[in-house]
Parts: sequence; structure tokens; C-alpha cells
Amino acid sequence: MNETLVQVQEFISQPWPWWMGGVTIGTTLFLLLKFNKDFGLSANLRTMCAADGAGKYSDFFEFDWGKQGWNLMVALGAMFGGYIAANYFGGDGLAHISQAAINTLNDISGEQLLTQDNVHIVPGKDLVLGSGIPEFWDLYSWGSLFSVRGLIIIVGGGFLVGFGARYAGGCTSGHAISGIANMQLPSLVAVVGFFVGGLIMTWLILPCILRITI
Amino acid sequence: MKLFKYIIIGFLFGFGMWKLEAVSTFRIIEMFHFQSFHMYGIIITGVITGIIITQLFKKGKIKAVHGETVKFNDKSHEWWRYILGGIIFGMGWALTGVCSGMMFVLVGSGYTIFIVFIGAALLGTFAYGVFRKSLPH
Repeated sequence: MNETLVQVQEFISQPWPWWMGGVTIGTTLFLLLKFNKDFGLSANLRTMCAADGAGKYSDFFEFDWGKQGWNLMVALGAMFGGYIAANYFGGDGLAHISQAAINTLNDISGEQLLTQDNVHIVPGKDLVLGSGIPEFWDLYSWGSLFSVRGLIIIVGGGFLVGFGARYAGGCTSGHAISGIANMQLPSLVAVVGFFVGGLIMTWLILPCILRITI
Repeated sequence: MKLFKYIIIGFLFGFGMWKLEAVSTFRIIEMFHFQSFHMYGIIITGVITGIIITQLFKKGKIKAVHGETVKFNDKSHEWWRYILGGIIFGMGWALTGVCSGMMFVLVGSGYTIFIVFIGAALLGTFAYGVFRKSLPH
């Protein structure tokens, strides 16, 4: 029995193929629709603002946020999911990206820092495996906040994601999945916008920011 | 207890997103460089299953738990907000390599610095709420 459990754990711990995205996203969407709820995680940011009293500053936050508790629970569940996956089903803990992508990353850093064996899923000190990632790519440790580079990436990125998601009326889950699944042209336009913004950032701006040494 | 089921749904989603490496900044950079099919495969299969499921609910072939037909709202046709908001969101997504769903998964997995990212996202959401009347929609 114990052996079977270990086998199951090892099976799940392998890197998942891309088509499992259809299974995961499909299951999530199916269950939420079954309970008559919309799939959209960035809506939680609006709820949290409203719960903190932002209604005093803008009527955008004056809505019945008490009814949004279910969505906060989805976010909480996603946290647990991340915890269990990373700690008990992490496998080798690596992002299995292509050699072409590794070459691009090494071009950005200007040195051959990354190989197939040290590209951790998250560019930060690996919390489970404990092994190090090259310092250049140690972006998501707390120490990052004391560098200009880290501040721009974490605080700047967060601000743009929060601002953009509400401006566009949804994020990757609300537009790219729910909206397009419901054949909404506005969602398709928003997703094209996501990619235009993403391409501008990735090709033109991000390499410069990553090379900041302070 | 009524809300507990949503924790399970979120758990499945967060677990899957971690195992699919969709939480990985490296995967996002790779995607925007068109150097692997992986992320596109996730999005495309997600959208295809999503379309099938949504159509079944929309046509009433599958009903919600209390037997009601799920209602879907059409998105308004305010094009500027989708274009400009979309580009701003996309820039943030690519800057950190993290979107608004993955930030929760990352905090849970132990990268607690993403609490700061969530804080900044709240600030961004708040700024939109305050300034939205002067933005083109």
C-alpha cells in the first residue's frame, strides 16, 4: 500500500505535459460554472481594496463585496495548491524550458549562467531543494527589495498587473480563458493587448532592467 | 462549509499551474520569445475545453447545482479599455513573469516576497479605481 502511494507520488511529481493545461483549466472552469460562478482571479484585488475601505475614495469600490468571499477562497486554495505541489510533488523542481530559451537567458545575463540543470521553476533561491540559482537570476528572494532592479520588477510588475487587469476588465483567467471560452470579441482584443504589451516588455525593456546592477 | 468547496477548486488550479510550470517566470520569457509550444499548448487546450464547457452550460445541457441555467454576461464594447488595459497588463505580466492568478500560487509555495507583489497590485487596482474617469474607455 505504502509502495503504491510512493508510486502515485512519483507519477504526479513528473513534469506535466502541456495538454494537462486543458485538464486543469477545464476542471476549474467546469466546477466554478457548476456553482454558477465566474472564473477570474484578479477580481479578488478589487474585493480586497473594497474590504479595506477604498469605497471612500472611488465608487468603483462600492459594490457588494461580501458576496465575493467564494473567490477569495479560490485564491486561498490556489495558495495551498502551490504549497503542496512545490513541497510534496515538486519532482526535480526545474522549469523544463528549451535550450533556445536558456541561450536567450544567458545572452541577457552576458554569461553562461544557466543550464538545463539549474533553471528552477522560480528565479529565486530554491526553498525546497535548497540549491542555489546564479545570483543574477535570484530575483524573488526578499533581498531583492533592497536593489533597484528587484524593486522595479516586483513593485512595478505588481502595479502594472493590478492596474492593467482592472482597466482591461479581466486578466489571464477572466479574459484569456473565461471570456474567449464565451466567444467574447472584447476578450480576444484584450488578450491581443496582453501579448502586445508582453512582447514590448520582453524584447525591449526587460533585458535592460535585468542588467541593472544596483 | 459552503465556501470550503472553493478552496478545493482553487487547490486543483494552483496545484496544476505549479506542475505545468505556468508559475515560472522562465516559461513566460520563453513564451514571449516563441521558443517552446508549452505555454501555448496550455492556453490552447484550456481555451478549447473552456469553449466546449461554456457552450454546454450556455445551452443548458449542463445545469448548475441547483438546476438553474448559468447566465453569461456579454462584455461591453468599450474598445480602448481592452487595448490599453490589455497592453498595460501584458507589460506587467512579462516584467515579473507572473499574472494575477499565479501570485497567489507563488506566495503559497513559499516565495513570500510575492506578498509585496500582491500589495503593489492592490495599489494598481486602487489607482485605477481613483483615476478611471479620466482614462479613455
